[in-house]
Amino acid sequence: MFIRHEWFEKNALLLLIGSLLTISIGGIVEIVPLFTIETTVEHVDGIRPYSPLELRGRDIYVREGCYLCHSQQIRTLRDEVERYGHYSIAAESMYDHPFQWGSKRIGPDLARVGGKYSNDWHYAHLKNAQSLVPESLMPHYAFLSETPLQTDDIVERMTTLRTLGTPYTDDDIANAKADLLAQADPAADNAKLVGRYPKAIEASGNGKEVTEADALVAYLQMLGTLVNFADTNTERLRQ
Amino acid sequence: MSSNALAARPVIYNDEVVKKFVIAAVFWAIIAFGLGVYIASELAWPSLNLGLSFTNFGRLRPVHTSAAVFAFGGSALIGTSLYVVQRTCHARLWGGAALANFIFWGYQFFIVMAALSYVMGYSQGREYAEPEWHIDLWLTVVWVLYLLVFLGTLIKRNEPHIYVANWFYLAFIITIAVLHLVNNAALPISWYSAKSYGAYTGVQDALVQWWYGHNAVGFFLTAGFLGMMYYFIPKAAGRPVYSYRLSIVHFWTLIFMYIWAGPHHLHWTSLPDWTQTLGMAFSIMLWMPSWGGMINGLMTLSGAWDKLRTDPGLRFSVTAVGFYGMSTFEGPVMSVREVNALSHYTDWTIGHVHSGALGWVAFISFGALYYLVPVLWGRKALYSNRLASWHYWIATLGIVFYIVSMWVAGIMEGLMWRAYDKFGFLQYSFVESVIAIHPFMVIRMIGGVFFLLGGIIMAYNLRKTVTSPTTEQPRQGLGTPLGGFAVAGE
Repeated sequence: MFIRHEWFEKNALLLLIGSLLTISIGGIVEIVPLFTIETTVEHVDGIRPYSPLELRGRDIYVREGCYLCHSQQIRTLRDEVERYGHYSIAAESMYDHPFQWGSKRIGPDLARVGGKYSNDWHYAHLKNAQSLVPESLMPHYAFLSETPLQTDDIVERMTTLRTLGTPYTDDDIANAKADLLAQADPAADNAKLVGRYPKAIEASGNGKEVTEADALVAYLQMLGTLVNFADTNTERLRQ
Repeated sequence: MSSNALAARPVIYNDEVVKKFVIAAVFWAIIAFGLGVYIASELAWPSLNLGLSFTNFGRLRPVHTSAAVFAFGGSALIGTSLYVVQRTCHARLWGGAALANFIFWGYQFFIVMAALSYVMGYSQGREYAEPEWHIDLWLTVVWVLYLLVFLGTLIKRNEPHIYVANWFYLAFIITIAVLHLVNNAALPISWYSAKSYGAYTGVQDALVQWWYGHNAVGFFLTAGFLGMMYYFIPKAAGRPVYSYRLSIVHFWTLIFMYIWAGPHHLHWTSLPDWTQTLGMAFSIMLWMPSWGGMINGLMTLSGAWDKLRTDPGLRFSVTAVGFYGMSTFEGPVMSVREVNALSHYTDWTIGHVHSGALGWVAFISFGALYYLVPVLWGRKALYSNRLASWHYWIATLGIVFYIVSMWVAGIMEGLMWRAYDKFGFLQYSFVESVIAIHPFMVIRMIGGVFFLLGGIIMAYNLRKTVTSPTTEQPRQGLGTPLGGFAVAGE
């Protein structure tokens, strides 16, 4: 043996450096390639950054810890695909800071919940889940419909995400507040909003002020809807 | 080193900071177990969520996990590490009493800030790494100082060799620092806002998070507590560690392999297959160092097994090693992709975590606490071995209730979600599985109540150990009356 264990036992710094090197190898081998190999995330039509209202909804989803009971990751297993829809692909979470795949299903997976239920259903369900699903374990989120959405910092949020790599354009950021209000206003002309964020769903609970529930519903209603799986297949996803 | 040299240079250890951490560990244990019971009740009877933002399950669960892992586990780890490093190095803590005190209060401040921030609605949305950026920065400062104090004490030691327990403590401290810094890389939306966005996205974020998450288990909840095992079991049993060679192999293989295992949390997902396979392979290999460590711990009792009858603290430590062996066998099984297809997203995972958290982490800590309190406060024995025995049996029964109910519930969920009827349709809706597991949610809650009761008995027993006149011993000369000598020097 060229290395004597005595060296480590008698020198604290050597022990520290030896441990540090030993624990670094696994992480480097597994994590670094994910950032450098192009095939980690597929290029798929339809994937876009979140609209301002959806982004705020996602922030609320994170804040309330929804990920602790709901996964957003349909695995490549027959029963999951039949229950929830096409298995999740990497591109669908490429703008997620943080990812919200979850680790436990106390409630069902939400990766493709968008469009499955009406807006009205979501508002009622958030307020009192047991009124629609009597056996549900979900807490009541009535306070979301009563809390006005904080919209002042939407530009800061979007510019921060742009710094981290989300491709928001100058146009997107200049119109952030207007887009946010338009998506929560049933009377607004949404042409520009949908031009910037295709498939964005309007969500307005009380038609007056924008609430946190509006943002959350707008987010839930777009989940898993961006990719048109009729137009793509596994061969095209493989690169 | 000869005993003459030891006698010639008496060392006054800094036990004040250890005492503070011991008290904190007992306090946070009760809080963590109590919160666990409450959120377990919410899953059995959802009206207990009360519909208030700060009492809803989603905000309270991180408070429970942080209280259990970082507050209770962390206080036990830092406290025992500062005790062990002084005894086995035969040196007073490096950096002085003020620095040690700062580490204590700084760490407690971190815990309180983190808990308050979750209930107020600040979370990074990363499991076991929920605190926002400003709290993360504060923890970084405290942690670096902790590393310096620990390392400084190792360097100024009066023993030729660094004792094995310290290898594990050191690896725990340095690895947690690396994990914490990489996983929490984030950009605040403004310097005046508590809200930030993490640096990574999607797939990469998932792997970074579970590299962190699994090694929080591997280094915080395993390596650190193995340090505890390597000191307190030999000490309480009065026997040297079974095999020195095995501890060397155990140490290096464990810290090398653990770090690879994270991807087993992401089987069948959008994570590339090669990463999943690598994670699975290392998880299975990890079984070997884990059981090597278990054997080393258990065999240390050779010739001293009779002490299990008379020393309830040692009984906790040894049972902990048993649970460690069980969870580290269950873990590799669950990391196999085909098993994981059934077990993932179900309560089986929750049961697995708790067989480790309650059976291993909490029990090895209880063993250390029962050993430490009489020593630190200069008492001749525990106030009541009988009460400690009651604690042992109530807590063990609680764990059995907990993990058995979670096995049943988890496997049932997994099977119901994939069940097909004779026409080839999915047989059950999701909510039918929710209804089916209700009885097991209740049993799990009862198991938690037992474990909490045990914790309260322990807190009472330890308090009486410190205050009761029956445990006083005749005054002695300089130095601590018991346990003043290092294992390594023996």
